[in-house]
Amino acid sequence: MKNQDFLIKILDNNKILNLEFYKKLFLIRRSEEKIIELYPENEMRMPMHMSMGGEAIAVGVCHALGIKGQVFGSYRSHAIYLAKTQDTNNFFAEIYGKTTSSLKGKCGSMHLCAPDFGFMGASAIVASIIPVACGTAFANKRKNNGKIVSVFFGDGAVDEGNFWESLNVASLMKLPILFVCEDNALAVHTPRHQRQGYDSIVSIVSKFNCNVLEESTTDTEVIYRKTCQAIELIRTTQMPCFLYLRYYRYLEHVGTKEDFDAGYRSKEEFEKWHKKDPVNLQRKKLLRFGIEEEQIRKLEVEIEGRIENSIRLAQKAPFTEISELHRDVFYEENKKD
Amino acid sequence: MKKIRKISYCQALNEAMRQEMERDPNIFVYGLGVPDHKRVFTTTAGLVEKFGKERCFDTPLSEDTMTGFGLGAAISGMRPIHIHMRVDFLLLAVNQLANMVSNYRYATAGKLRVPLLIRAVVGRGRGQSFQHSKTMHSIFAHIPGLKVVLPTTPRDAKGLLIAAIRDENPVIFIEHRWLYFAVDEVPELPYTIPLEEANILRSGRDVTVVATSWMNVEALKAAQVLERKHKISVEVIDARIVAPFNDKLIVHSVNKTGHCIVADNDWLDCGFSAEVAARVSEKCFSQLKSPVQRIGFAPTPCPCTKSLENCFYPNAIDIIKTIESKLNLEEADLSNEDFYGFENKFNGPF
Repeated sequence: MKNQDFLIKILDNNKILNLEFYKKLFLIRRSEEKIIELYPENEMRMPMHMSMGGEAIAVGVCHALGIKGQVFGSYRSHAIYLAKTQDTNNFFAEIYGKTTSSLKGKCGSMHLCAPDFGFMGASAIVASIIPVACGTAFANKRKNNGKIVSVFFGDGAVDEGNFWESLNVASLMKLPILFVCEDNALAVHTPRHQRQGYDSIVSIVSKFNCNVLEESTTDTEVIYRKTCQAIELIRTTQMPCFLYLRYYRYLEHVGTKEDFDAGYRSKEEFEKWHKKDPVNLQRKKLLRFGIEEEQIRKLEVEIEGRIENSIRLAQKAPFTEISELHRDVFYEENKKD
Repeated sequence: MKKIRKISYCQALNEAMRQEMERDPNIFVYGLGVPDHKRVFTTTAGLVEKFGKERCFDTPLSEDTMTGFGLGAAISGMRPIHIHMRVDFLLLAVNQLANMVSNYRYATAGKLRVPLLIRAVVGRGRGQSFQHSKTMHSIFAHIPGLKVVLPTTPRDAKGLLIAAIRDENPVIFIEHRWLYFAVDEVPELPYTIPLEEANILRSGRDVTVVATSWMNVEALKAAQVLERKHKISVEVIDARIVAPFNDKLIVHSVNKTGHCIVADNDWLDCGFSAEVAARVSEKCFSQLKSPVQRIGFAPTPCPCTKSLENCFYPNAIDIIKTIESKLNLEEADLSNEDFYGFENKFNGPF
């Protein structure tokens, strides 16, 4: 292959990759915007912890992990769920508590998961899912199946014993696991500096037998490449990796509104981050790649249509039948999984 | 004549794990001290030599995290056995048990299974005091999604442990340290006892005693004394599976005897004994000749010194006196009776 052809091919691949990122980013953003729009109807009866602002992390990391990669999340997992599955039908059915959801409305927004797609579970008890991810990483190591597990958590989780104990056991047992710390500098409304008796999470984690990478960006591609590097490190060093990423939570801790009037953070800070909003940034990138506005709009309309359709289906579907209440408390021999 | 093979409760636990680990390579056993020179009171003896460090390993002192670790391995096709030297230490893992392990299957609408087994030992005696002596089965049994098993006999120790290892659900397996010494007939080949039903340890007509764990030994002793002294026939039922709790045998027995005493190896308030009493009053009300009575630990932390510790724990004498008073019998002279204690260990057979 001539040099020029080679370069064109790389550019093409890069364009395709960035287009993929944008599709996922837009899907997540628009889905959450629909939640904001419809939440006041009081038909989505559950606490909502919105991902808005952090989409680039979910999309970049999940894309790097690939279909085989397994992820664990927290109560703020809309972005992870959609990045991993792109399944808006199940997403909205679950959020409306309907029988058509594969989770049967038992989990809601806080405990979304899709084991068939490698989204293995989410917990609303901060940090409690991290040990579970370690156990799955151990099973993968035992089976030698080459799978990489990734667990997402915030800086709040770093205050918990489960985080440090898991980091210790993963470092000790050389587990193939990627810790993704999504630092929004807040635990509910309490800023990091009011909770942590040290200046840098990264400098402390660096003392463990664990790879450490960090980045502060809203560029999905940068996060994707960083994650690829992390995965490579996990494989070559046979040690876990801690990936530290900063982002800004656009909305209140729980709920669908802004809360800049609450006094614990400033609107200016939001505006600073919003200038480099991950979805807008990615859209501009596509234009730079020479993809035309019209093409992008066509794509967006298609995604919007899918979301609208999923919402309509979820709204029309019946609630989960009463017999589901008692099902799956225990595994029972005669019932299939 | 075929020779009857007798082994201890402790050996039965060890044999069950060894045989199961031979059968299924996905089983692994872990916990603090599991491969050390003491081998969890010898119950893990020989395992690291036979199955290697990959399947039998020590852990950081992180009970809660290592429980979540077991959960993560269990949902991914492994069958972990996590061991705690004391139930008291298992309490550090209540977050994982109550928030994660117990509801993981429900939270995936049945897409994942959680075959996680947790073994924990109940300590007692020689000044172990208030942080090495708890049983706590009612705490675990309170949470939907956990199975809770308290084996009493060596035969049950093996059969229930194998059933627990093969179960597709989380099981908490609570072993009393004093029962480790009990020796009885145990089949050599692997076998299971379903985690479904209580066990009648002694048949009787006059009074039903429902007991858990070590209290079965005290109840059997009381039954022997009452038989001799008063010609009273006591039925002793080992509840053994406290969650999910199947009361069928107990209800049947109390409908026959009309009297029920619950001797629980735990505190009484809001405990398993209250659950039994409630079930009996719901299901045997018309047959009851007296109210259900409960015997358990004193409502205090467990004290260290022998003089107080002896008063903290209920024993066969308490059961005898309760039955005497229930049936309006004169108090028997117990001065020549030999009862069990730390120095006078129970060695079986049942």
